[in-house]
Amino acid sequence: MEKPKENLFPKNWNLETLEDGRMVLNMGPSHPSMHGIVRLLLTVRGERVIDSDVEIGYLHRGFEKTCENITYNQCVPYTDRLNYVSPFINNVGYALAVEKLMGIESPARCQYIRVIMSELSRLTDHLTCIGANAMELGGFTVYFYLINAREALYRLTDSAAGGRVTPAYTRVGGLTRDLPPDFKLNAAEVLRTVRKNVADADKLLTRNRIFYDRLRGTGQISKEDAIALSFTGPALRSTGVPLDVRKATPYLVYDHFDFDIPVGSNGDNYDRYLVRMEEIKQSMLIVEQALAQLPEGPINHPDFNVSLPPKEEVYGNIEALMAHFKLTFEGVKPPKGEVYQAVEGGNGEVGFYIVSDGTGKPWRLRVRPPCFVLTAGLSKMIRGGYIADIVSTFGQVNMIGGELER
Amino acid sequence: MTTAANSYLLETLKDKFPAEVLATHAFRGDETAVIQKDSLAAVAAFLKGDLGFDFLMDLTAVDHSPREPRFELVCHFYSSKHNYRLRLKCALDSENPAAASLTPLWAGANWFEREAYDMFGIKFEGHPDLRRILMYDGFEGHPLRKDYPLKKRQPRIPHRD
Amino acid sequence: MGLETLFGHSYLTTRLDEAVNWGRKYSFFQYPFVTACCGMEFMSAWASTYDIARFGAEYPRFSPRQADVLFVVGTVNEKLAPVLKRVYDQMCEPKWVVAFGVCATSGGFYDNYATVQGIDKIIPVDIYIPGCPPRPEAVLDALIKLQEKVSKESVLDRKYR
Repeated sequence: MEKPKENLFPKNWNLETLEDGRMVLNMGPSHPSMHGIVRLLLTVRGERVIDSDVEIGYLHRGFEKTCENITYNQCVPYTDRLNYVSPFINNVGYALAVEKLMGIESPARCQYIRVIMSELSRLTDHLTCIGANAMELGGFTVYFYLINAREALYRLTDSAAGGRVTPAYTRVGGLTRDLPPDFKLNAAEVLRTVRKNVADADKLLTRNRIFYDRLRGTGQISKEDAIALSFTGPALRSTGVPLDVRKATPYLVYDHFDFDIPVGSNGDNYDRYLVRMEEIKQSMLIVEQALAQLPEGPINHPDFNVSLPPKEEVYGNIEALMAHFKLTFEGVKPPKGEVYQAVEGGNGEVGFYIVSDGTGKPWRLRVRPPCFVLTAGLSKMIRGGYIADIVSTFGQVNMIGGELER
Repeated sequence: MTTAANSYLLETLKDKFPAEVLATHAFRGDETAVIQKDSLAAVAAFLKGDLGFDFLMDLTAVDHSPREPRFELVCHFYSSKHNYRLRLKCALDSENPAAASLTPLWAGANWFEREAYDMFGIKFEGHPDLRRILMYDGFEGHPLRKDYPLKKRQPRIPHRD
Repeated sequence: MGLETLFGHSYLTTRLDEAVNWGRKYSFFQYPFVTACCGMEFMSAWASTYDIARFGAEYPRFSPRQADVLFVVGTVNEKLAPVLKRVYDQMCEPKWVVAFGVCATSGGFYDNYATVQGIDKIIPVDIYIPGCPPRPEAVLDALIKLQEKVSKESVLDRKYR
């Protein structure tokens, strides 16, 4: 006997079909292309995305609330885990914000090292972004090449900071430790590896027909929309706006170096990819210039009320001992006030807004996360495209959960 | 961060809104204008339309509990034309913390305002879709308020489709 | 479990165990439930330098129904907890769980209103990897420990689980 046809399919599908042929499709939260955990609720007609709703918050870890309850220096490890692909940039941005609040400046050598580390972090960020993006689109070899380069960079930063992913390298007014003696030599070697791997990836991707077709014209956004949505970083520059915090309002010693800000013209995924590739090269130039100019000298602010005195002083000098005790227990005490400090992160402007009430703990610590606005604009970027294009767009948005949801 | 040459922008704002701008200061070079709550939309529209502040870089809130007025809405604007940053603040009371939404002016304000609503319970009038963003539906309270204990946990809710 | 349990505790079962466990421990199909920072080190462990493929566990399956090891890589918060439970429930027996990093193990230094203090509050865990995040060497060590654990199991063990 023949079964009635409707019984072949259960009535209660997860996919809800609306009356006019549209369908509601749930993508995530645990989905291979949603690195990190994000949920997309798509309304599709066939393969076309008509509308979407992005749901985030699956990695909300209470960063801002936690930091209100600990001293300024204790916040540094938490900033590592904001954008964990480029931790040094967060460290540096946070330290700069607190220093601005206190009205102090770190020594010259410290500033150079901070620039070097920030740029190495930018390299890891872009390498991971492009590698993961290529892998999701089928370019598996590229992923291995770029992770190989990233591994070399991790070893280099590990030798200086003592941590691969979460270094917690900066302190208010300085750094945890100086660069190791062979750092310059190793850096040259590592940059050679990175250049070689990036050149290989470039050959495999940039003029690859499949990769090109998947990226060109997808996830497009106009200049006006990007500005209205407060996009910054590679996503904004791909639309042709040459805005980079390192050039617009130079911090640290970025005005001592010669580098370019690559811009795109179409505002699509391919331009974002090209901008990132070029930024990798520019970052390496900055690192080389900074290493060549690196001055000798102390790395910590000389004031014992800002940075910990050296151990010999602590054991031999009552003033230093007291400062050490007070700094460890009460922390640095910036005056009452509020500051906003922006630095250029891997995805755009990372801003730290600190409100101080004069005690050793921040009254309010707010991070302006660049990929928060990018993810907010994701709906606009994927509208009208194919479902498959979400993967490439999402990859180029480079959403980092720790920074997005904090 | 701020080029002194562009400080006239703040002066222009003060001249245009003499009653609404309550105070200005420039602590560590961050130029700030404190305005009346009701004039937020008008001031923001003037900043965007006439003074060329094209970016709303950040929008957040601060809980000054137990001080009254308790909340403070903080917006950071950036003008790429003048390369100039401006902070706008307005005080909100604890009874009914509400302000005008900036979404008609900047589409990017949407999620910032949702976050401020989620974390502080500030309502934005005219927001198209004001609901929680980081916490889940069914979460009670607003975690970044000072009276929400750091370690207060709520019963876990089952997964819903 | 199946027909093999009819043998009970006998010579045949122990022989069968050896064969089955040998097969299982060298062909883990993992489900990487990657949420946070630890994902970076998971990528490193998985890619060219550390090469997890040497242990027969290189192939991630992003469908829980095709996976036998659930790697929970990173922090799990209250909003995500029901999702993790759902993923675990969807996996077929035999299945093992690895808590990757201190956040998955115990919540790590995130002890506040949002985070779950270790995934063992939600699902059973076989191997814990310490570190914030663990180095790739630690991941490989954990994988070897899991292989040892699997090689001591019996086909009878999972009868009632």
